[in-house]
Amino acid sequence: MIAQLPALIVVIPLIGAPLCMLVRYRDWSWTVATLCTWASFVCAWIILQQATSGNTISYQMGGWAPPLGIEYRIDLTNAFVLLVVTGIGSIIMPYARESIRSEFGTRRIYFFYTAYLLCFCGLLGVTITGDAFNLFVFLEINSLATYVLIAMGKNRRALTAAYQYLILGTIGATFIVIGIGLLYAETGTLNMYDLSNRIAEVGASRTIGAAFAFLVVGISLKLALFPLHLWLPNSYTYAPSMISAFLAATATKVAVYVLLRFLFTVFNYELTFDALPLDYILACLALIAMFAASTVAIFQQNLKRMLAYSSIAQIGYIVLGISFASSAGVTAGMVHLFNHAMIKGGMFLALGCIMYRVGTVNINKLDGIGKRMPLTTAALILGGFGLIGVPLTAGFISKWYLVTAALERGWWPLGFLILLSSLLAVIYVWRLVEAAYMKPVPENAKVVEEAPGSLLFPTWFLIGASIYFGIETNLTVGVAMDAAKQLLGGLG
Amino acid sequence: MTPNDAIAFSIGLPLLATLLILLNRRYPNIREFVTLVTAAGLFLTVLSILPYVMQGERPSLKFLEFIPGIYLGFEVEPLGMLFALIASGLWIVTTFYSIGYMRGHHEKNQSRFYACFAIAISSTMGICFSGNMLTLFIFYEMLTLSTYPLVAHHQTKEAKNAGRVYLGILISTSIGFLLLAILWTWHLTGTLDFQIGGILSGKVDGPIAGILLFLYMYGIGKAALMPIHRWLPAAMVAPTPVSALLHAVAVVKAGVFSVVKVLVYIFGTDFLTNIKQDDWLMYIAAFTLISASCVAIKKDNLKARLAYSTISQLAYIVLGAALATSAGILGSGLHIAMHAFGKITLFFCAGAILVAAHKTEISEMDGLGRRMPFTFIAFLIGSMSVIGLPPMGGAWSKWYLMIGSVEAGYIIFILVLAVSSLLNVAYLLPIVGRGFFRPLTSTEYMDNNKDEGVIKEAPGFCLLAMGITSLGCIVLFFYADTIVRLIEPVVLTTGQ
Repeated sequence: MIAQLPALIVVIPLIGAPLCMLVRYRDWSWTVATLCTWASFVCAWIILQQATSGNTISYQMGGWAPPLGIEYRIDLTNAFVLLVVTGIGSIIMPYARESIRSEFGTRRIYFFYTAYLLCFCGLLGVTITGDAFNLFVFLEINSLATYVLIAMGKNRRALTAAYQYLILGTIGATFIVIGIGLLYAETGTLNMYDLSNRIAEVGASRTIGAAFAFLVVGISLKLALFPLHLWLPNSYTYAPSMISAFLAATATKVAVYVLLRFLFTVFNYELTFDALPLDYILACLALIAMFAASTVAIFQQNLKRMLAYSSIAQIGYIVLGISFASSAGVTAGMVHLFNHAMIKGGMFLALGCIMYRVGTVNINKLDGIGKRMPLTTAALILGGFGLIGVPLTAGFISKWYLVTAALERGWWPLGFLILLSSLLAVIYVWRLVEAAYMKPVPENAKVVEEAPGSLLFPTWFLIGASIYFGIETNLTVGVAMDAAKQLLGGLG
Repeated sequence: MTPNDAIAFSIGLPLLATLLILLNRRYPNIREFVTLVTAAGLFLTVLSILPYVMQGERPSLKFLEFIPGIYLGFEVEPLGMLFALIASGLWIVTTFYSIGYMRGHHEKNQSRFYACFAIAISSTMGICFSGNMLTLFIFYEMLTLSTYPLVAHHQTKEAKNAGRVYLGILISTSIGFLLLAILWTWHLTGTLDFQIGGILSGKVDGPIAGILLFLYMYGIGKAALMPIHRWLPAAMVAPTPVSALLHAVAVVKAGVFSVVKVLVYIFGTDFLTNIKQDDWLMYIAAFTLISASCVAIKKDNLKARLAYSTISQLAYIVLGAALATSAGILGSGLHIAMHAFGKITLFFCAGAILVAAHKTEISEMDGLGRRMPFTFIAFLIGSMSVIGLPPMGGAWSKWYLMIGSVEAGYIIFILVLAVSSLLNVAYLLPIVGRGFFRPLTSTEYMDNNKDEGVIKEAPGFCLLAMGITSLGCIVLFFYADTIVRLIEPVVLTTGQ
């Protein structure tokens, strides 16, 4: 049983998806989806325990030996990401029921859970697989399901947002598959472990270089690295609240993982950072993302859109960490990957609560919301503190490691810039504080209650986690550090 | 209670009070009773640590290793002990005053006021007792965030703008400079613990230490060194008790206290003297000292004048610490205490005048002293202490600061201090003079409600508070040696 876990974690939601269609009745389909995500979470937890012992788990699909057969290969890095994805996916399920009912209606709600499970399954597959082409397949499963989920938003603009993402996402996926194709042409293998060995033998040939470029651009599109982020704001703004939370917390994070995997495992360090100036390119783009996206976030009226731009900026931090190409930098990136998932997930859920009660997340209509929905607002603001990086929140830990990594690399002006950019976060978070607490409730505002427990609990769970991981960092930093060492040590 | 428990207790108690205050937000009497009891309890707790520190012990506490090698750590050393005593003692007095003021002035959102006030005090205790730079930073930020609602208390456009300036300057300096300095120190030395003699010595060479010094000094925005002093006048829109305790004592003293801590325990006085990178700091402090006094003379709004006076007085403390001689540091420590008592008295008086006579501008205060003699006498005592005239406590701190300048070989600063004292006379004493010797203008009677008729003294609670602090100014003159004995260990072990 334990030996089959790597397969089960993907197979359970994959089987759950059609099951949701079959049971149809809304609460049943919700139950199936919940059970599947929770089961996957348990699998991920056990897998992480195995991975922390330092062994790389190799699972051969159907008993076919790699490199011909598909291999699932799990080290600390993807075990860590698996935990994030399944964790977030499980926590938001209790939230989904009420929230989706209010935003999507009850008719054909099983479609929603089917798509959700497929999306979930795709993310897990991308994370767990050790086969480049298999990765592409799961990426497509995930992407297609994501388009559907975004299109299910209440506002009709969700359709254009989904369409926009469909076009850009397809371009990204095409780039990735071209990259993989070129690699296959050059080396004759698709297994990542095998690829890394053979690329080391072939060296930086022109084909490898082209494959590398296609892959990096394709993946960057998926992770919404500036300037390839254009699909993200609309998608997050118009998707159902719970999906915004899920995507913000997991989808881009998995893309970051894929980037890490290709940069450090498939292509080796010498090729990535010595032969090509990728560190400078990534650092520049990340910096621009941090400043430009945060600045844009300041001017948004729609809070979901504001958080979406903030996400682009936060992805900048993660990529910046990776661009240092050092163990400390990658640690910082992975720590932030985890922390940002908690923070942003929690904040989107809090906005979902406001959406559920007030029916809008436009900041102009939320005067005095702190008095009307005190618990929800407090969660939102605490999350905001995390984005700023106030001490004792998870965001602080991320910044700490990121700046330390910058100093270690000797790029100390960057340390200053990182801190400077978090001041932009102060501004957009403080607009929220002023609106929520420093403005009186309008006279004609409709009476609003606090959000129901099923929505509040998951919200506070994530926000609470973001505080907890700001104080107790053994899990996040410990695992991230070991994972970074493993990655940079290379598998081959 | 062991002294180690007392540390945790003194930080936890105000937080507990916050919770109780919020729970009892509908019962003002219980709410204010909770505040008073907590304030008294806190003072006693802090006091219980004093004997140990006097004997040379350093009670400490650490838990929560949130970054490998860095704990949330506390250690009580003499300077922190002194600051904690002042802040917690004056909290009791201020609570009395707040009750009189907030009720007399019919303020709104009083529960939020008392709750945030308690958090601010808790953060101040955290700053006092912090055992490493990161712990200090955490509480420093907590203090900024918890005082923001107090500054923007009135929720008017003006208050909100002031809140933005307040937060903008304090947060941007602390995140942009201070955090970077802390991270850099961590990167260079691998520790952030406060140690006598400093931790940087031998780890960095001159120029880098100079940059670090700059980052630290301008990162600690609460010390209000020019040109990052703008937040302090802005913060004056807050209700007077906030200006009194927080913006004359807790917040600003937290700033200069952090400055002293950094100079003494991170850089170390010997290292500071050797690298010769801190001349600019002395001159900036001297400049701030004089120019803020000059600005104060120009201000007609009483609270604004007091705010600029505070900026100038804070620069005394920074100057003393930057001199890095034993007398200089003693002078700084003493001035933290002396100025606290003097300035809080002045603010109490300003608030009393506002509550009783609804006056904020000095030019309108003609003859008020005859109606409110008690208030104006308290104002006189406070002024004399701030100026540094015997028999007020303020005389001693200036004495030590001047000795410190001589020791360090900077005669020019004696001149600066003397000129500044004259400027203090020029902006403080005329207010008292106006109050007592000019005739009341006729509008004084018309400004008031009909049934009240003429201006009377401020509410009893306010008078009580003023009485205690002005008495404190006098008592400190005679007991300054106790304070010197308390903080002497800091300088005895640092060469000189």
